[in-house]
Amino acid sequence: MTAGHLVLPGTRGRRLVDAIARHRVAAAVAGLLVLPWVMPYQALAVNVLVYGLYAVGFNLLYGYTGLLSFGHAAFFGAGAYGCGIAISRFGVPWPPALIIGTAFAGALGAVIGGLAIRTRGIYFAMVTLALAQCVYAIFYQWVSLTGGENGLRGVNAGRLLLFGWQLDLIDPTTKYYVVLVFVALALWLVSRVLDSPFGAVLEAVRENETRARACGYDVRATKFLSFVLSALVCGLAGSLMAIHLSVVPIDTLNYTTSGLVVMMTLLGGMGTFFGPFIGAGFFVVVEDVTTLYTDHWQLVVGTIFMVFVLFFPRGIWGVILQWLRP
Amino acid sequence: MSPNFLLLQAFTGFALGAIYVLLAVGLALVFGLLTVINFAHGAMFAVGAYIGIFVFGLTGNFWISLVIVPLAVGGIGLVVERVLVRPLYGRGIDYPLLLTFGLSYVLLDLIRILWGKQGLPFDAPDALSGAVDIGIGYFPLYRLFLIALTAALLVGLWLFIDKTSYGLVIRAGARDPEIVRVLGIDIARVWLMVFGIGTGLAGLAGMLAAPLQGVFPEMGTPALMVAFVITVIGGMGSLVGAVVAGLLVGLAESFTAIFAPQFSQLSMYVIMVLVLLLRPQGLFGRAGLLG
Amino acid sequence: MKTQRTKIGSNRLAGPSRRKILGAAAAGAAAMAASPFWFNIARAAAETIKIGFPVPLTGPYGAEAKQQAACAQIAVDEFNAAGGFNGRMAELLVRDSKLNAGEAATRTLELIEKDKVDCVVGSLSAAVQLAVNNVTKTRKVLYVSISQSDQITAMPDYSRYTFHEALNPHMTAGAVARYVLPKFGKKVVFLTPDYAFGHELVNGYQAVGKELGLQMLDNVLAPIGATDFSTFFPRIQSLHPEVLIVNNFGRDQLNTLKQVASFGLNKQMHIAVSVLLYGQRLAGGPEIFEGVVGGSNYYWRLEDKVSSAKHFNAAYRKRNNGAEPSDYGAYGYAGTYAVLSGIKKAGGTDTEKLIAALEENRYDPYKGTEYFRKCDHQAVQSVLILEAKPKAKMSNQYDVFDIVEIDPADEKNLRSCAEEGHV
Repeated sequence: MTAGHLVLPGTRGRRLVDAIARHRVAAAVAGLLVLPWVMPYQALAVNVLVYGLYAVGFNLLYGYTGLLSFGHAAFFGAGAYGCGIAISRFGVPWPPALIIGTAFAGALGAVIGGLAIRTRGIYFAMVTLALAQCVYAIFYQWVSLTGGENGLRGVNAGRLLLFGWQLDLIDPTTKYYVVLVFVALALWLVSRVLDSPFGAVLEAVRENETRARACGYDVRATKFLSFVLSALVCGLAGSLMAIHLSVVPIDTLNYTTSGLVVMMTLLGGMGTFFGPFIGAGFFVVVEDVTTLYTDHWQLVVGTIFMVFVLFFPRGIWGVILQWLRP
Repeated sequence: MSPNFLLLQAFTGFALGAIYVLLAVGLALVFGLLTVINFAHGAMFAVGAYIGIFVFGLTGNFWISLVIVPLAVGGIGLVVERVLVRPLYGRGIDYPLLLTFGLSYVLLDLIRILWGKQGLPFDAPDALSGAVDIGIGYFPLYRLFLIALTAALLVGLWLFIDKTSYGLVIRAGARDPEIVRVLGIDIARVWLMVFGIGTGLAGLAGMLAAPLQGVFPEMGTPALMVAFVITVIGGMGSLVGAVVAGLLVGLAESFTAIFAPQFSQLSMYVIMVLVLLLRPQGLFGRAGLLG
Repeated sequence: MKTQRTKIGSNRLAGPSRRKILGAAAAGAAAMAASPFWFNIARAAAETIKIGFPVPLTGPYGAEAKQQAACAQIAVDEFNAAGGFNGRMAELLVRDSKLNAGEAATRTLELIEKDKVDCVVGSLSAAVQLAVNNVTKTRKVLYVSISQSDQITAMPDYSRYTFHEALNPHMTAGAVARYVLPKFGKKVVFLTPDYAFGHELVNGYQAVGKELGLQMLDNVLAPIGATDFSTFFPRIQSLHPEVLIVNNFGRDQLNTLKQVASFGLNKQMHIAVSVLLYGQRLAGGPEIFEGVVGGSNYYWRLEDKVSSAKHFNAAYRKRNNGAEPSDYGAYGYAGTYAVLSGIKKAGGTDTEKLIAALEENRYDPYKGTEYFRKCDHQAVQSVLILEAKPKAKMSNQYDVFDIVEIDPADEKNLRSCAEEGHV
């Protein structure tokens, strides 16, 4: 598996890449600060934020650890439902509800991850897919808590007095920047993890599992931690989605939501820091624009995706990086 | 609960299982020999149903459609393998999966463009419509026909792979492509053929399922899920596994329907989770395959 | 990027469903939509009346959704042709909800925040319309929903901004029960999809069935996404019901009827469906539907009895090469018509005045007089009972049902306001 963001000691572009890497969180946040002004409408910009974060979480597992999960909808959905149920059923204010949703996704990640890392390769993809389907079925059946097929309604975050400052999430601009605060926080954390020794172990496992094991790393624990971390980030994204839309549709847990994040990450550039956001933005905009001209947006999106798989497996950002670095 | 009722319930589950086997066997074949997960398997299933309708519209003959559909869909499979999948061999096991995932989007919309979104009716031929008394109750003739046809196809497939020289090459290729290549056999052609057969089977299953559930663009999605689950339960790449798991899932679904009908579809996922916990490689899967 | 956005803005208006906007209004609206949204100035008095219309153009109900949008456009065109309201023309902004509640919520946010619509009409699934409703009600925007649901008019989903033009499961089940039980027998097995719509129907049957002597032998719950219902048949047969009432919808219903016919169940018992759809009957063919009875909001042959139906059919035929409008298409017309007639009555688009006007309004879009009940904003209307015709009795391809009964518009056929949680 190849990845765009490989910092090999001694390469000529190292200094440039290092410079980007050093300020990558700031660079990403700067880009996201102006995003609502270049998108067709703000709700779409929030979608990019949320899906971008979802892809960042997924990328942690796929891009950096080399494990292709086809069941990440479970964590995105668990976050959304966890947060949504806390708000709509128990009247929890939205900030603690975000934590509840994220924690719930992390716990689910520990369970599914614990089972899934027993398998490898394509099996891993299929097992995660199947377990996510189980989660979908359970949430679907548990109508009293989740609203079942009709989805969860009433996730109304509304106003909140924060340190004497009135935050009204109905206002689209306020909502965007509130969500951005959490996304920025998550990006900073993810960046710290990747920079830590643990981040190096992740890439060692991705590049060669046997060698990593021979070097004395606990491959299984690494995979497990990476899985749970990934689930936490995706759970936060899901929680933010619940607050953004004020509803949690049952489709959030559908396998298409798992496929979506795979597509976004690959399009943007897996194993790169900026790739997931670029992929999410690209995907969301392409879908939005295509829908204006034709009902057949899936044809366009599917074709673009196939072209990337065939010819640009490093994704948009991967290609740019390659071009920047001689 | 009378014994006849239970027998009929079992038989219904068995018949459903036969359809599931048909669905999964193409997926399992391609996976076992090429280690490619064909995410477009469900879309090929739908394409098969639509081509079936198209040919039936032209000829008015169910049996001609039955012959043409697997050939046509198999032909599409050949093109897909040659043009889209082949460049990805050796590039990591995820890539064909991702590519066929994109392909399933494209095929779905192509179907909608060519045949509309609404769905089309497709009925069993008159000779196979109606129900017959099988001693324990009435049962649709068409479903009996499906059981027989599935059995015949499986025997044919087994004979082809196990008894012909071509099958020998296929089996050898699955075990060690290098050796086969060294022996001067064009392994790429073998893979091409197998991919074609796999998709052809998906198309055939789609056409055969059409009189049971109607034909609509999204019909492949639930079919794909069932095929995946059965392949995982049976052990990826195992044909015997696909057969056993397909029947098992059909029976489980049928018997859950007596006691807790709303959970009947969940039953297959429960089986799958149990299998994964106790025997991660599946009932008949080889341990360590693709490790 | 800025130029690209301008392009997006103008193209939104040039989209296929938005071609028929009248000249000046279109130019003004295009200029507004083309300007970046943060420059949008306060709305002027003569501005276009904007109606947001999220429907699932892509996905399995794409054909029905197109019908809904086309029929809603008829209502808008008729309104404009009659001079609009004080020179203000109406415009329909169709958005693709993709039959996905999340997408629908995003699109509704777009309609409210960017397009600044005056109200929202639409949807073709309970889940989607409940999601749209949650978005509109928290933003105090009026919403007329046009898909079956009992929950949307009940607490906690209901709000004073919520109006429900479609039938609901309770009314539909009641009408079917009143026709079927006395005629076919009281021993009934239900085959019900295991989600809200199915459960709501069964509740409706049980509520009405008490007086009618309903004996529910069993309620077989089919799981979500099931395409094969045969595993339930041995059980149904062994119970020997007089009637099998099928509570699923659309393609699932078509599959069920297909399998019912192939197992010969239709020879052993009467078959009724709660919602009998025109589009599914056309897709499924006469054989598998023959003799099936079911409820509906509309069938074009109502024109023999009701003049507004005749008018609506004529307008539809003229635009669609003589084809007949479908039941769900008619909802699109009726919902839009209700809002536009309400605007005339309210003397403008002010949401509070519009709510008051709609609560008082008696309107007759396509099937006789309707009105919104004050406590829950459910449209009180008739329910048709249809029977599918055998092939031999069809006079043309659109002549697929007989109207065997019309359950009249009456508040007593609705759940009481108290039952729905209104005080």
